Amino acid sequence: MLLTITTTHRPATDLGYLLAKHPGRWHEKDLSQGRAILFYPEASEERCTAALLLEIDPVALARGRGARHESQAPLEPYVNDRPYVASSFLSVAITRLLGSALKGRSTERPDLADTPIPLEAELPVVPARGGEPFLRALFEPLGYAVDCARLALDPQFPSWGNSRYFSLRLRQTLRLADLLTHLAVLIPVLDDAKHYWVGEDEIDKLLQSGGDWLAGHPQREEITRRALRRDPRLVSEALRRLTDEEDPTLDAHEQSAGDEEDALERDLTLNQCRLEAVLAALREVGAGRVLDLGCGDGRLLQRLAAEPSLTHLGGGDVSPRALSLAARRLHLDNLPERQRQRFDLFQGSLLYRDARFRGFDAITLVEVIEHLEPNRLAACEQVLFAEARPATLILTTPNRDYNALFASLPAGAFRHRDHRFEWSRAEFAHWCEAVAEQHGYAVRILPIGEVHPVQGPPTQMAVFRRHDTPAGQGAAA
Amino acid sequence: MTLTIPQLSLVVLIGVSGSGKSTFVRRHFLPTEVLSSDACRALVSDDENDQSATRDAFEVLHFIAAKRLAAGRLTVIDATNVQPEARKPLVELARRWHCLPVAIVLDLPAPLCQARNRERADRAFGPHVIRSQADQLQRALRSLKREGFRHIYRLDSLEAVESAVIERQPLWNDRRGETGPFDLIGDVHGCFEELCALLTQLGYVVEGGEDQPTARHPAGRQAVFLGDLVDRGPKIPAVLRLVMAMTAAGEALCVPGNHEAKLMKWLDGRPVRIGHGLAESIAQLEREPAPFRAEVRAWIDGLVSHYVLDGGDLVVAHAGLAEEYQGRGSGKVRAFALYGETTGETDAFGLPVRWDWAAAYRGRAHVVYGHTPVLEPQWVNRTLGIDTGCVFGGRLTALRWPEKEWVSVAARQVYYAPVKPLTPSQPERTPDRLDIGDVLGQRVITTRLFPTITIREENAGAALEVMSRFAVDPHWLIYLPPTMSPSQTRPEGDSLEHPREGLDDYRRAGVRRLIGQEKHMGSRVVAIVTRDDGVAARRFQARDGRHHGILYTRTGRPFFADPALESGLLAHLRAALEASGLWDGLETDWLCLDAELLPWSAKARELLKTQYAAVGTAARTALAAAVDRLTQAVARNGAPADRLATLRERQQMVAAYGESYRRYCWETPSLADYRLAPFHLLAGEGRTFSDCDHAWHMATLERLCAHGELLQPTAYRLVDLDEPASEEALIAWWEQLTAAGGEGMVVKPLEWVVRGRRGLVQPAIKCRGREYLRLIYGPEYTAPANLERLRPRTLGRKRALALREYALGLEALERFVAAEPLYRVHECVFGVLALESEPVDPRL
Repeated sequence: MLLTITTTHRPATDLGYLLAKHPGRWHEKDLSQGRAILFYPEASEERCTAALLLEIDPVALARGRGARHESQAPLEPYVNDRPYVASSFLSVAITRLLGSALKGRSTERPDLADTPIPLEAELPVVPARGGEPFLRALFEPLGYAVDCARLALDPQFPSWGNSRYFSLRLRQTLRLADLLTHLAVLIPVLDDAKHYWVGEDEIDKLLQSGGDWLAGHPQREEITRRALRRDPRLVSEALRRLTDEEDPTLDAHEQSAGDEEDALERDLTLNQCRLEAVLAALREVGAGRVLDLGCGDGRLLQRLAAEPSLTHLGGGDVSPRALSLAARRLHLDNLPERQRQRFDLFQGSLLYRDARFRGFDAITLVEVIEHLEPNRLAACEQVLFAEARPATLILTTPNRDYNALFASLPAGAFRHRDHRFEWSRAEFAHWCEAVAEQHGYAVRILPIGEVHPVQGPPTQMAVFRRHDTPAGQGAAA
Repeated sequence: MTLTIPQLSLVVLIGVSGSGKSTFVRRHFLPTEVLSSDACRALVSDDENDQSATRDAFEVLHFIAAKRLAAGRLTVIDATNVQPEARKPLVELARRWHCLPVAIVLDLPAPLCQARNRERADRAFGPHVIRSQADQLQRALRSLKREGFRHIYRLDSLEAVESAVIERQPLWNDRRGETGPFDLIGDVHGCFEELCALLTQLGYVVEGGEDQPTARHPAGRQAVFLGDLVDRGPKIPAVLRLVMAMTAAGEALCVPGNHEAKLMKWLDGRPVRIGHGLAESIAQLEREPAPFRAEVRAWIDGLVSHYVLDGGDLVVAHAGLAEEYQGRGSGKVRAFALYGETTGETDAFGLPVRWDWAAAYRGRAHVVYGHTPVLEPQWVNRTLGIDTGCVFGGRLTALRWPEKEWVSVAARQVYYAPVKPLTPSQPERTPDRLDIGDVLGQRVITTRLFPTITIREENAGAALEVMSRFAVDPHWLIYLPPTMSPSQTRPEGDSLEHPREGLDDYRRAGVRRLIGQEKHMGSRVVAIVTRDDGVAARRFQARDGRHHGILYTRTGRPFFADPALESGLLAHLRAALEASGLWDGLETDWLCLDAELLPWSAKARELLKTQYAAVGTAARTALAAAVDRLTQAVARNGAPADRLATLRERQQMVAAYGESYRRYCWETPSLADYRLAPFHLLAGEGRTFSDCDHAWHMATLERLCAHGELLQPTAYRLVDLDEPASEEALIAWWEQLTAAGGEGMVVKPLEWVVRGRRGLVQPAIKCRGREYLRLIYGPEYTAPANLERLRPRTLGRKRALALREYALGLEALERFVAAEPLYRVHECVFGVLALESEPVDPRL
C-alpha cells in the first residue's frame, strides 16, 4: 500500500521540514500488524515526492494477536486485499508517523505549514464502495481536482469486469495538514470495511479536527455514518461458516437487500400499513393467542404487544440471529416476569412439522412465504394447514403486478434479493383458493396499501378461516 | 404368597409408618426401581423427615415416576400412601403412561409399627400418628378397587410379609420371543374365497372347505390376522371358523378390529346401531347354531388388542399403534389399537378425520396394520397399512415378515360399496414429513461406523437455517460429503504439505495399501442420476420436476441456478451410464455419485470476483507502483537496495498467485464447457458401494468416463507401503502434478472403512501443492518468514470432524438404500451440515 505526496512549491524539499522527515533518509516505524516506511523517490528544488509505504503483515493480520487456537475463526482470510489497498491502516500511519504535520505544526517552517501550497496525492489502489460518483462527491467539494481510473479485475478474464478499486490522484493548493486530515478521514470512509485499525476515539478526534470542512461537506451525513459504523454483522459465526464459500456476500446482502426493499417501499410506509392490516384482521376474528412465523426482528410482535386483547404472542423464525434481535426489540430481558410470560420466541422452520405451532388462535406470516423455494411450498402448506391448523391464518406477500410502478426496479426483478418468487394477484388468489379448498378453510383476499386502479395494491393479504371455526370466535381447537 | 404383577406396572406400597415398606421393597426390587418419599424429601431439603418439604418431595417423586413409566420401566412408590389424595395422582400417572397400578398393602398390627418407630431416633412422632394412619389404611382397603388399582395384595401378618414372593408377568401383548416368520393379513371382512386363495399363494395348505376349514404352513410360518374379519362380506362364519381354528392350533395370531368389537356387543345382546356391514354378520350368524355364536363371542373376548413380536421389531394392531402405546395395557391402548385416534374434525364425506399418527411415528418397531383401505401399501416411517379394501372390490394383501414383501389377490367382486372411493394417496402430499424434533436441539446420532456422534444445539440451529433457506428437497439429500483433513505439516522446506507426510500418517495408523488420487480443483458436487423419468418420483418422492436426478453442492444447495444446465449434464451422465452398461452391471436404476465439477470459476465466480481476482489486481497494481517509486529512490540513494529486492520478490509471489487461480478458471458459455470428474460411486438401489475398494471405483468410473466427453476420469496410483518404490513413484507423480499447477492429491486407504490401532482411520488425507496453497494461505505465504509462522497448525479438531462427517454421510446412504424413513436419513445429512458449522480453521 502506497501513498505519495508531491509538491512543486519552491524549494520543494521543504516538504521534508513540513513532514519532519529528512528527504535524504529512510524512515521506518513499527505499527501493530505492520510497518510504515517513508522515503523520497524524488527530492529536487522544483519537485519533491514523499512516499509512504505500508507493509501490513498478512499472516499476523489473519491470525490476530497472540497464539490463536485452531478452532478460532481468523479475523480476516489470508487471501486479503488489506496489505495492498488504502484503508484505515493509512490513517493510523498518518497519525503515528506524520503526527505533527497532521496537526499543522512545523518547527523549522511554521509559516509554510500554515500556507496553502500546490500538493498532489497519489494512491494506486483505493477501494471505493459507491464507485466513482461517491469518490468524486467526497473530494470535489473540498476543492480537489480528481483523476481516477477503475482497475479491471483480471485482464485475462474481461468478462469479470471491473474491481471496486480505483487509482486516485488528487491535486489542489492547500495546507499539507488539510490534505493529510482529508485523507485520514475519507480513505476509510471510501473503503467502508468492517475491520478498523483505528480506534473509535481516534476517529472521533479526526472528525472533530475536521471541524469546519466536515460541517460544510455535502456528504457529511454519509461520512459520519460510515466512519462511526462498527462491524454491523448480521450473520452469526456458525451460519457464516456454512455460507461463506457459496455466497461470500451473504452478509452484505442481508443488510443491503433489506435496506433496498425498505427504500423501494418507503414512500408508501407500507410496512406500517401491513402491520395495521394484520392487526385489524386479528381483531376481527377475536384472536387472543397469536403466533407470528418468520417474525424476523419482531416488528409485528412489537406492534401486537400494544394490544391488551392479545394474551399470548409467539414468534418463530428460522434464524437464531433474527430471534435475538426480536428479543432485544421487545426488551424481553428486562420485562417483569408476568409480562415476559406473554411472549414465546423460538427457532422453527416452515418446512418442519412443529408441535409448538399448535394451540394458537391465529398464525401470521407477514412477507415470509416469498422467501421459500417454490418447490418447497408443498411442505410448508402441509406444516401450516394440515399440521398446525390454526383457526385463522393470515398471510401477506408482495403483489407482483404492482412492481411495474417501481421506477427503480428493473422489469422482472424482485423487490428483495432473497425473494424466490413474487405472485401476481391472480397467482396468489389461485394458490390461496387451492390451499383453502384442500385443507378445509375459507379464504378472503384483502389489499394492503394504496390500491392502484390497474396494478392493484402493493401488498396482498389472505385471511384463512378454518371451516369448523364458529364465526366470531378465535379459539383454537 | 405369590404376588403376580405385570412386568410394566406402577407398584404402590401402602402401609403406616414402621410397617416395613422400605425393607420389603429392598428385598424385592432393584434400588433404582424404588422411589421413596423420604429420599425425595432429603433430596429437596437435606432432611428426610422434614414434613414441610413434603409437597416439593412429592413433585420430584411424581416427576421421576413419570420419566420412568414413559421409558417403560417398572416403578415402585415407597411412601405411606394411606390417604386417597396421595394415591390419586399415582393412579393418574399409571393411566397417563398406559400401565397398570398395583397396590401392595402392608396391614400389620399398629403396636408392632409403633415399637419399630420407637427404635428409630429420627421418628419422633407420637402413637396418635400411627393410629390415625392405621384408620386411613382400613378405609383405603375398601376403596382401592374403586380408585382404579387392578391388582391389590394385602399382607396382613409378619409371616405373610416374610414369605411374599413377587412374580413379574409379561403383558399379554408381549410376544417378543416369537420370531415367526409371519404372514400378516389385512382386513378380510368375510371374503373367504380370497382368503383361501391368498393363504394358498403364501404356501399354506388350506383344507376342510367352508365347514371345517384349516390352514397350515409346511415350513411353520405363522399367519397374523389384523382384525376386521367380520361384517360386510359374503362368508363371515367360514372366515371365523378358519381363523379360530388356526389360532387354536397355533398356526395364527389374531388381533381384534373395531368390527369384532361391535359384533361382540351385538352377541352380548347390548344395543348397537346396525350399520357399516354389521347386518351381514347378523344375517349370516343367525343361520348358525347358537353354540357357534357363543364360541365366536368367547373367542373375540379373548383377543389381545395388539402384539409386540420378533424381539420388539414388529407391532401388529388393527388400526396401528403409536409408539407410546406399544407393549402397554390400558383402555386407551385398546381403543387406539381398534379405532385409531381422530382429530375431532370431519372430512367432506362426513367421516371423522383420523390423526395421522403414522406421519409422526418415530418408533424403532415396524407397525403393520389394517383398518384404513388404501390402494397400494406404502411404508411411512416404519408403518405399513395393508388393508387394500378386498370387500370393496380391491385386493386382499399379506405382508411377509421379515422379508417385507407383500403378496395380494384380487377381490372376485365388489361385495360392499365403499363410502369413500379408494384413491391413490394424493400426489402432492408426501407421507414422510419431517418434524422439527428430528433435527433441532442437541442430538446424539448412532451410526454403524461411529457409535455416538453428538451434534451441538447451536450447530443444529445454524444447519436448520441453511437447510430451510437454501437446500433442495430433503428427499434428494441422501448424502453430504465430509470435510477432509490435510496431511501433517511438512516440518521444513518451501511448502506446507507433501505426500510424504500423508503416507506417514497412514503408516502410523498401520495401513499399508493406499491409493493416491489426483485432486481436481473445481466445486464439489453430489450427483443423483436416474435411469428413467419415473425413478425420481418413485424412489425419491421428488415432486420438483427433476426427472433426470439432481446436482447439489456440499451444503445441499442446487448446484446450478439454471435448470437446463442441470438436466443437460444429468442427461449426459444418464446416457454415459447407459452406453457403458453400468445400469445393468450395477443392477440399479439410479446412482449417487461424488464428483468435482470444473471449472472452479463456474460456481465460484462471485468468490473469484469479490476476493481472488480482486486481491490479485490490488496486489499487482500496488506493488508495481511501490517498485517504481522505490527504484527512483534507490537511484538517488534515498533507499537501501535490498529493500527493492524484497519488494520484487513479493511482486513475483503475487504474479504466481494470479497464475494459481487462473488455472482453474475458464469461461463456460455452454454445457460443453463444463467437466464432471466423478471419483466415488456412492450408492445405487439396495446398496452402497463402500464395500468395494477404491481401485474398483476408479476402474468403474473410468469405464463411465469413456462414454461421455464431458466426463473426466481421475488419475490415480496404487501404493504399497511395504514397497518403497511405489511410495517414491507416488511422490514423483505428485511433484509432477503440482509443478504443472495441479491442486494436489488425495491419499486414501484402498478400502473405504479401515480400523487401525486407534479406531477408525481417516478415510482420506489431502496433500495440496505449493502453488495451489497460495489460494488458501495468501499470495505471499511462501516467504520464508511467513512459512515458518504458518507451520504450527493442529489437525486434531479437523480430523475428529472428518471422521464423524464421514460416518454420518455413509450412514445416511446406508439408511436410504435400506428404505428407512426419510427422517432417519435426514437426521444424518443434517448432522453433517451441522458439524460443518463447527469452528475449525477454514484453511485446513
